[in-house]
Amino acid sequence: MSFDNAYEAITEENDSRWAFGTGFEDPLSGVDTTVPSGVEGADLAAYCLMLGDDALIFSHRLQEWCTNAPELEDEVAIANIGLDLLGQARLLLARAGKAEGGDRGEDHYAFFRAEHEFRNVRLAELPRGDFGELIARLLVFSTWRLALFQRLTESRDPVLAAIAAKGVKELTYHRDYAAQWAVRLGDGTEYSRERITEGLASVWPYTDELFTPHPVELRLGEAGVAVDPSAARAEFDDVLGQVLRAATLDTPEAPAIPGVAGRAGRAGVHTEGMGYLLAELQSVARAHPEATW
Amino acid sequence: MVTAQAVAARVTDPELPMLTLADLGVLREVSEKDGKVVVAITPTYSGCPAMDTMRDDLVHALRGAGYAEVEVRTVLRPAWSSDWITEDGRRKLAEAGISPPGAAPRRSGPVPLTLGPPARRVRCPHCGSAETELLSEFGATACKALHRCRACREPFEHVKEI
Ligand SMILES: [Zn+2]
Repeated sequence: MSFDNAYEAITEENDSRWAFGTGFEDPLSGVDTTVPSGVEGADLAAYCLMLGDDALIFSHRLQEWCTNAPELEDEVAIANIGLDLLGQARLLLARAGKAEGGDRGEDHYAFFRAEHEFRNVRLAELPRGDFGELIARLLVFSTWRLALFQRLTESRDPVLAAIAAKGVKELTYHRDYAAQWAVRLGDGTEYSRERITEGLASVWPYTDELFTPHPVELRLGEAGVAVDPSAARAEFDDVLGQVLRAATLDTPEAPAIPGVAGRAGRAGVHTEGMGYLLAELQSVARAHPEATW
Repeated sequence: MVTAQAVAARVTDPELPMLTLADLGVLREVSEKDGKVVVAITPTYSGCPAMDTMRDDLVHALRGAGYAEVEVRTVLRPAWSSDWITEDGRRKLAEAGISPPGAAPRRSGPVPLTLGPPARRVRCPHCGSAETELLSEFGATACKALHRCRACREPFEHVKEI
């Protein structure tokens, strides 16, 4: 069949020539998203945004490594890890929308919230450093998140439990990747040892925040839906200890950087880099708010 | 009319086109009621970018076979395991030069850290040698690792155990 122009061809009522998409947008399509009994939908939505924003924002930092990694294999690894986290973020943001009960989808949360509405930990948003900083941050982030997700597989919310069960499999590979590089760098040359040591020192002040529960996490933890992050500290310390010993590195000693009046990432109080990150992440969607692709 | 199950089972994976969605184990259920077909699929990885295309391909194939009303649903639990790749699927992977996965780890409780190379034993899909080494746990798609054969020196992909 011939057409006068390309536009006519792609808008024709015969989808045998379609190229991209049939409008599918909801990653939770067909999943039962009823909020568990005894739980406030707003709390569950806030909790899903916390875990979802951690993944979305750190994934963005990992994407900044595309074309900047030291080796092709690491370029591919970092991009894959970023993609896994982006997938986790999409599921969690979509789950937040369903828990909230309105018609907000993942794009609303990712592109049309202001900085103070993002609930990710500050560790996720720190500007990209060198490869030593990347490995240090990925080690801390994935060790923490894996410990949370492994516990979250028991959540009374079946959707969260399912997202966590899937995430555990992915995070296991992320943590092993970071741990093996940490050992290689720490037990490598004088220079590589210096890079990973400095990397760990730069992210360490943000680790306490990972284990400081927000009231929503405590309330939902009591209800058997969320994980109180302080419960994961011992496992985190044990895993980090194994890695640091193998890497012949000392445990970093750097004082925690507190939030503002006790408020940090989980309460929407972020560091300077966050505004720049969002400006890039949100620019296209905000310039063309009605666009679909 | 070909059954909806048979039509859906023939749809291939966009990234591993030698496998059908049924071979890969992502096609979980096909049911038909009052002329409406409901297909349930599960993602291999959370970020699997092929999910949208799988949906579109399923809808397209079923409509083409005469099923006007088609709904594709996502199933998240149990999470996909590489153990669900069928025997047929494993054979097709090997024929395409991709090493099929071994048994996926089954655990409960804290996940143990792996600081050394993975315990998997991988045979080169080109020459059959067991003298292979891991290059990277991350490859061209989320589900594959990159290995190299020490005998024939060819690199090859291996579907990861999850
Ligand atoms: Zn070989």
